[in-house]
Amino acid sequence: MSARDTILQRVRTALGAAGGDAARSRAVAARLAEAPAGIVPARGRLDGKARTDLFVEMAEKAAATVQRVRKPDSVPRAVAAYLRGRNLPAAVRMGDDPRLAAMPWDKVRALEIGRGAADPDDEVGVSHAYAGIAETGTVMVHSGADNPTGINFLPEHHIVVVDAADIEGDMEAVIARVRAGFGKGTMPRSLNLITGPSRSGDIEQTLLLGAHGPRAVHLIVIG
Amino acid sequence: MDIRSPAFKQSARAALSDAQLQRALGNVRTGFIDKRRQAVDALPEFDALRDSAKAIKDHTLAHLDLYLEAYEAKATEAGGHVHWAETAEDARRIVLDICRAAGARTVTKGKSMITEEIDLNAFLEAEGIRPVETDLGEYIIQLRNEHPSHIIAPAVHLNKDQVESDFRRVHDHLPAARDLSEPAALLGEARRVLRSQYFAADVGITGANFLVAETGTSIIVTNEGNGDLTQLLPRVHVVVASIEKLVPTLEDASQILRVLARSATGQDMSVYTTFSTGPRRPGDPDGPEEYHVVLLDNGRSSMLGSEFQDMLRCIRCGACMNHCPVYHAVGGHAYGWVYPGPMGAVLTPSLIGVDKSGHLPNASTFCGRCEAVCPMRIPLPKMMRHWREREFERGLNPAAQRYGLGLWAFFARRPRLYRFATSLAVPALAAMARGRGAFRRLPLAGGWTRHRDLPAPESRTFMQQWRDRSAGGETAAARGPEGLA
Amino acid sequence: MTETAPAAPRVGLFVTCLVDLFRPSVGFAAVKLLEEAGCTVEVPAAQTCCGQPAYNSGDRDDTRAIAEATIAAFEGYDYVVAPSGSCAGMLKKHYPPLFEEGLQRQRAEAFAARVHELVSFLVDVRGMTGVAARHAGTATYHDSCSGLRELGIREQPRRLLASVDGLTLSEMKDADVCCGFGGTFCVKYPDISNAIVEKKTAAIGASGAELLLAGDLGCLMNMAGKLRREGTPVAARHVAEVLAGMDGTPPIGGERR
Repeated sequence: MSARDTILQRVRTALGAAGGDAARSRAVAARLAEAPAGIVPARGRLDGKARTDLFVEMAEKAAATVQRVRKPDSVPRAVAAYLRGRNLPAAVRMGDDPRLAAMPWDKVRALEIGRGAADPDDEVGVSHAYAGIAETGTVMVHSGADNPTGINFLPEHHIVVVDAADIEGDMEAVIARVRAGFGKGTMPRSLNLITGPSRSGDIEQTLLLGAHGPRAVHLIVIG
Repeated sequence: MDIRSPAFKQSARAALSDAQLQRALGNVRTGFIDKRRQAVDALPEFDALRDSAKAIKDHTLAHLDLYLEAYEAKATEAGGHVHWAETAEDARRIVLDICRAAGARTVTKGKSMITEEIDLNAFLEAEGIRPVETDLGEYIIQLRNEHPSHIIAPAVHLNKDQVESDFRRVHDHLPAARDLSEPAALLGEARRVLRSQYFAADVGITGANFLVAETGTSIIVTNEGNGDLTQLLPRVHVVVASIEKLVPTLEDASQILRVLARSATGQDMSVYTTFSTGPRRPGDPDGPEEYHVVLLDNGRSSMLGSEFQDMLRCIRCGACMNHCPVYHAVGGHAYGWVYPGPMGAVLTPSLIGVDKSGHLPNASTFCGRCEAVCPMRIPLPKMMRHWREREFERGLNPAAQRYGLGLWAFFARRPRLYRFATSLAVPALAAMARGRGAFRRLPLAGGWTRHRDLPAPESRTFMQQWRDRSAGGETAAARGPEGLA
Repeated sequence: MTETAPAAPRVGLFVTCLVDLFRPSVGFAAVKLLEEAGCTVEVPAAQTCCGQPAYNSGDRDDTRAIAEATIAAFEGYDYVVAPSGSCAGMLKKHYPPLFEEGLQRQRAEAFAARVHELVSFLVDVRGMTGVAARHAGTATYHDSCSGLRELGIREQPRRLLASVDGLTLSEMKDADVCCGFGGTFCVKYPDISNAIVEKKTAAIGASGAELLLAGDLGCLMNMAGKLRREGTPVAARHVAEVLAGMDGTPPIGGERR
């Protein structure tokens, strides 16, 4: 017998279950098909501005910085201002995300934009969030041809652009959005939930920002 | 790794007299507990979420065979390779084969208790492959040739001076005059040193906090970002996960995530929660070209259907040890194997045998704080007691203990005899104290009097006095104890 | 409450072995408090110990035998009350699962439903809101583990202590953390137990109280024994002694003349 069959057989024996028990199979199929939501905290059940405000509050609690702009066209200038404010070189790494690509980057003089997978020397990466989660101040980005995952982790500074319309109250709403976007049971290769900058408390439980991932996460919220 | 659990008592004694360790353990007693409390208080639904999380795992475990099959089908559909391992040895062998096929000389590792359980690092090293731990705490203890003393804070037993001297010893290519006095400097140095390792590695190995049957996804939850770099940059990503990591759906993972970080570090959400499904897709600019999952049994299936099944709900948050007075006193290494604290006291006997780890479920005051904080509502004291029952059945506890217990039970089961014996012994003991009120030493009570006085009996037993007073027909007010001023 | 309490309920006092052997004062204080709460108190002679030493050593057969005898001894009482959260927890929470489903189990469950720890019984069942006692000084209260976590005893003793004339309560840090007693634990692992009780006595000392109170004699003997060994001038008493105004005896482990 293969290891697979041995393990499955042991599990069935321990559970006192027969392989072809139709009721058990139905229970599992139903759970997978229906994906019941469980307990969703009331905290995130907010609309419009209140939801965005909670998102900002929670993100800041997780040590992210947040800037709010009115429209997508304002993003390049906000990025440039962030770089200037922290004495960073005028260079960012960015994927080919169409929402980012549509922004007027040419309006910012002398900003060097690197495309494709992140390089270990990149100081600043820019991503566009697929969604935000107000409940925890989390942004969700995902991999794809236009979205190198390394941008989330390699640069010292990670700037994430979030459209306020993409901010959901809670994780369950974001899961529903992923299902609607990618199809039930299908996922992008990497789906990253990011809540503030990287940190470690491994030395004497002293919390330090900037472990292996970005030292700073800056969110630009549109709308 | 060597099993040192039989030497628990000696290890505990050494730990208690280790001033450096005691200083480090002070950090556990304060930080984790306060932060968890604040996070829990801020979420009114926390206890309802615990119930929900427990129900999810109970359901999953009751249908584990089917969820494993569903998970395998989806992971395979996404281009992943699923391997099944009955034992630690099998899992090591599978990982080695993958490394060999990839021509690997260096592998990076995200923090994972399961690879500690199968002692993967020592095995790979013996096979000529260099494993590099990338989590800061794991990196530090790898430099020291130690094992984690805590499941989420592996280097919690160390102070920064020790880390500094290790970094100076190992990073000898760096200027000797550099300032490493602050934790931030140590972290910065580790970050720089490890950056090159991520790119040099051929294989990245991580554990998984969850496997999602609905989508064939593995989830890791981290704060540093090292796990993500480990699974992103090498050409091959290997996930090692035990079979109880399954959850049915993304919603189920979400429920448990809400209690995980709050219980572990007091965060509402860890910094990185990453869902990985299969290898790099066509057109993707980065990501591993191969994605393997090793599903490990290693004793789990024999816990199913037993009185230890509830332990399989454990999500490795560490809250039980963060709140354990015994862990606070002796730290994690004294437990002598991979998993310390209350969860280790239950899990370790399941995995290595109670004959080798009998001290662990015994070294508990049953204060119940672990169960009170366990997000998965695992009845840890009850299961420790089950291990004591197994030990007792097999006659594994020390003879003196069994004899003493047997003698006590003989009397406790015979009220008249008990009454008679105590009515003789107690006044005698009270008289022996001669008004001092307590004993500094007493034959057969050395365990007690080594560290504290033993309060002496007041006078005669309550039952003696009560019988006399009742026989005298006195009123309650007159029924004061003897010796009342 | 599902029970229908008669005007003067009959209470069977489960004395607990430690109170019986070491500190009868606590038993008499319990009787006085129960009578003040309008109960008729009897003390069944056929009781010995709740069985925890056997139970926590993995000896289920002896535990079951002791449980059966205890249940039989307390047949017919409206309530079974113990001046200990640990023993009451044993009777209430751990007896029923010792028996297989069936008659014995039902009997154990019916018994468990009548079991209460003393102070929570006075407050929650008898509606006591205060006592007539007086004790001048500052006390600190240790929450014993079983009472706190198995039976939810936390506010009740503090509420009654607040009514004691002249008494100020000064909370210690980590009042809800184990004192290191743990029954047989403290003799099986004396060094670890010592490390735990050292932290406890430090917290007691830092509270500034001159009197330590708790609801379990095991924990009290452990803490009192350590305080005495350390030479810390803090007296230890069972909370019932103060509530009953029966604090004329020497404190636990204290010298008697």
